[in-house]
Amino acid sequence: MIRVKFPSAFTSITKERRIEVEADGKTVGELLDILFERYGSTLRERLMKDGELVPFINIFVNGEDIRYLNGLQTELKDGDEVAFIPAVAGG
Amino acid sequence: MFSEFSEEQIRRYARQIIMPEIGGGGQKKLLEAKILVIGAGGLGSPAIQFLAAAGVGKLGIADGDNVEISNLQRQTIHAGNLGMNKAESARVFVEKLNPDVEVEVHPFHINAENVRDVVKKYDIILDCTDNFVSRFLINDACVIEGKPFVHSAVLKFYGEIMSIVPKETACYRCVFRHAPPPGSVPSCQEAGVLGVTTGLFGTLQAAEAIKLILNIGETLTNKMLTVDLLTMEFDIVKLRRNENCPICSGRIREIIPEKYVERCQL
Repeated sequence: MIRVKFPSAFTSITKERRIEVEADGKTVGELLDILFERYGSTLRERLMKDGELVPFINIFVNGEDIRYLNGLQTELKDGDEVAFIPAVAGG
Repeated sequence: MFSEFSEEQIRRYARQIIMPEIGGGGQKKLLEAKILVIGAGGLGSPAIQFLAAAGVGKLGIADGDNVEISNLQRQTIHAGNLGMNKAESARVFVEKLNPDVEVEVHPFHINAENVRDVVKKYDIILDCTDNFVSRFLINDACVIEGKPFVHSAVLKFYGEIMSIVPKETACYRCVFRHAPPPGSVPSCQEAGVLGVTTGLFGTLQAAEAIKLILNIGETLTNKMLTVDLLTMEFDIVKLRRNENCPICSGRIREIIPEKYVERCQL
C-alpha cells in the first residue's frame, strides 16, 4: 500500500488528509491517475498543466522531491509515502 | 568576556548566556546582529517578540499596513495600537521589552524598487509577508545581495518553513519556480489562519535566525519543515538547489520590476 498525505490546501477537494492506495509497483503518474479518478478533475486541474506538474506544487516520495528521482515515472513500492507540498503565501 | 556586558544585561540574558551553545560570546554576537523582519503581521509579530527578547542588537521592521482589530487574534504585540502603522506599533512593543534593541522602522511595503536597498543593510532577513509577489521578490533580492533569509508561509492550521543561504543552499525559487495563478491558492483572509499557526512559525523563524547568527545546530537549509496542527504531523522534506534556477544560478542579477506582478515568472 502507498500512503498519500494531502496538504490542508487540498482538503476542500479531497475531504480526506491521509489515505492508503493500492499502487505498489505503479509510477507516481499512475498514482495521480488513480487520485484523479477518485477526486475528479478539480484535483487534476490543481496539479497538472499541459501534462506536467505545475511548478508551485511539489510531490515528495519518502521525503525526496520526485524532480530529483524519476519525475512522474518514479516507481512506488509497498510502504512508500507520497506527500504533496504546495506553495502557500499566508503570513 | 562578561566585562562587555552591563550588570543588567548579565541578568537579562542569564538564561541564554548559561547555555554552552550561546555563552557570553554568542550573546555578544546577538547584540551585534542586524536582522530585518519584513511583515509585522502574524509571522512577524512572534518573530519580533523573540528576537527582541533575545537581544538582537538591531531589528529592522518593515510593514506598510496599519493595525486592525482582525489582526489581534494572532498579532498580539500590537495590543492597544489599533490604527497605528504596524512597524511603528512593533517598535513601541520592542522598546518596552528590551532597551538594548535598536529598532529601525520601515513603515512602507517592500517592493521591487526598494527591496535591495533595505535588505542590504542587514545580516539576516525574515520573510514574514503574506503574498506570493513579496515572497518571490524577497527571495530574489536576498539571493542577489547574498543575504541569508528564513522563509515561512502559513494557511489555516498548516505552515512551511525553510532557511536559505544564497548560492549554497536551495532558494525558494529552486523549490517553487513561480507563483500560482492569482486566486488559486486562498489567502489567510479568505481561508483563515489559527493564531497558533502563525505564532509557531514566526517563532521557528526567530529560532532559525538566532542559529544562523550563532552558527550553531542544524538549520532548515536544503530542508523544508511542514507542520499540520490538525493532525500534529511535523515532516521534513529534502530540498536541492535547482541548477536551472534563474536567480541562484546567477543568470539574473537584477530585480526587474515588471516581473513582480502576479506569477513572478523569470
